[in-house]
Amino acid sequence: MSVALSIVDAVEEKARLEGAGRISEIELVVGRMAGIQPESLKFCFPAAARGTLAEDAVLLIEEREALGSCADCGSTFPVSFYLVECPRCRSLGVRVVSGDEFLIQSITIEEE
Amino acid sequence: MCDTCGCGPEGEAVLRRPGEGSGHNHEHHHHAEGGGHQHLHGENGDGHAHHEVHHHAHEGRAGRKIGMEQDVLRENNLLAERNRGYFEAKHMLVLNFLSSPGSGKTSLLEKTIPALRDVVPVAVIEGDQQTTNDADRIGALGVPVIQVNTGTGCHLDALMINRAVKELEPADNSLLCIENVGNLVCPAMFDLGEALKVVVISVTEGDDKPLKYPYMFHEADVCILNKTDLLPYVEFSAETCRENAMRVGHDIEWFEVSVKTGDGLDQWLDWLKTRLERR
Repeated sequence: MSVALSIVDAVEEKARLEGAGRISEIELVVGRMAGIQPESLKFCFPAAARGTLAEDAVLLIEEREALGSCADCGSTFPVSFYLVECPRCRSLGVRVVSGDEFLIQSITIEEE
Repeated sequence: MCDTCGCGPEGEAVLRRPGEGSGHNHEHHHHAEGGGHQHLHGENGDGHAHHEVHHHAHEGRAGRKIGMEQDVLRENNLLAERNRGYFEAKHMLVLNFLSSPGSGKTSLLEKTIPALRDVVPVAVIEGDQQTTNDADRIGALGVPVIQVNTGTGCHLDALMINRAVKELEPADNSLLCIENVGNLVCPAMFDLGEALKVVVISVTEGDDKPLKYPYMFHEADVCILNKTDLLPYVEFSAETCRENAMRVGHDIEWFEVSVKTGDGLDQWLDWLKTRLERR
């Protein structure tokens, strides 16, 4: 819930700066390893946005796959968990190198 | 993560000294400085979350799309870095203690603080949803302590720490222990500005906990297995737990202790003293 409130705060601030009447759409990017459940976020958002410029905004969530990099053979591959084995050399020395992003990509505002 | 649990906005957090009842309500500095926007939402919660899909008729008028590319946790992360800079400038070592409720964080502090207070000044920030019980326990040791009551919130955030530190005024060269709200999920996401995250797990919990809560163990720098005196009575393999923790956090420092009997505490304290010298 506090995550949903952070989003509403951030988009409302931006929308006010741009002189918006309301926000019609919010695009988010959520990495697979960001620790965020898009479904829960969608559930919480209307409550967090009530009474704000984002009250009727559509929440578009783009999920991005996470990538791991093997410390032993250097190959890069998609991962969904911290505990992974390199598919090429079976090493467990895999570092997650992307997929923890959690961004507000853009907002669409209506001037009205 | 937090959005799964229905916790409230951070503005509800209340700072308390040990023994202070519910009356002492500080004026709420919602935002660190100059933050103009106010939290006017959030006190609803009567469940109006049913319109998940909005069918908007745009009536032919295209809205204006504005790129933001902004981290959702930016405000927290910026403030955490400010806290971190303050701690570094004061030569402080700041530890963020995390665990499920009842793993023994407060008891560990009750053993750790007396052993270190002759070496270094110690101060404590206690996080709980309600009561000053933990702050009272720590206050009884005679060290400065502030209780942060998060109300419905399930984790501490950087703003709460920023406010608490202003109230606490910790000494230069000191050790600051932050005891987070008992929760293995949300606190993993919120940087407070600490130097190290210390996760406490007890043998009554299950040795697969690092796999069930990988984000927390991935973020942790130190893991302390507590209540090892109970190992003969429970289905728990310390070795399996350690392996699981290492799998999700490859370079975690691992300690096995019984806060009750004092077993293993010396290794933890020695390591911490060494770490204090390096700060």
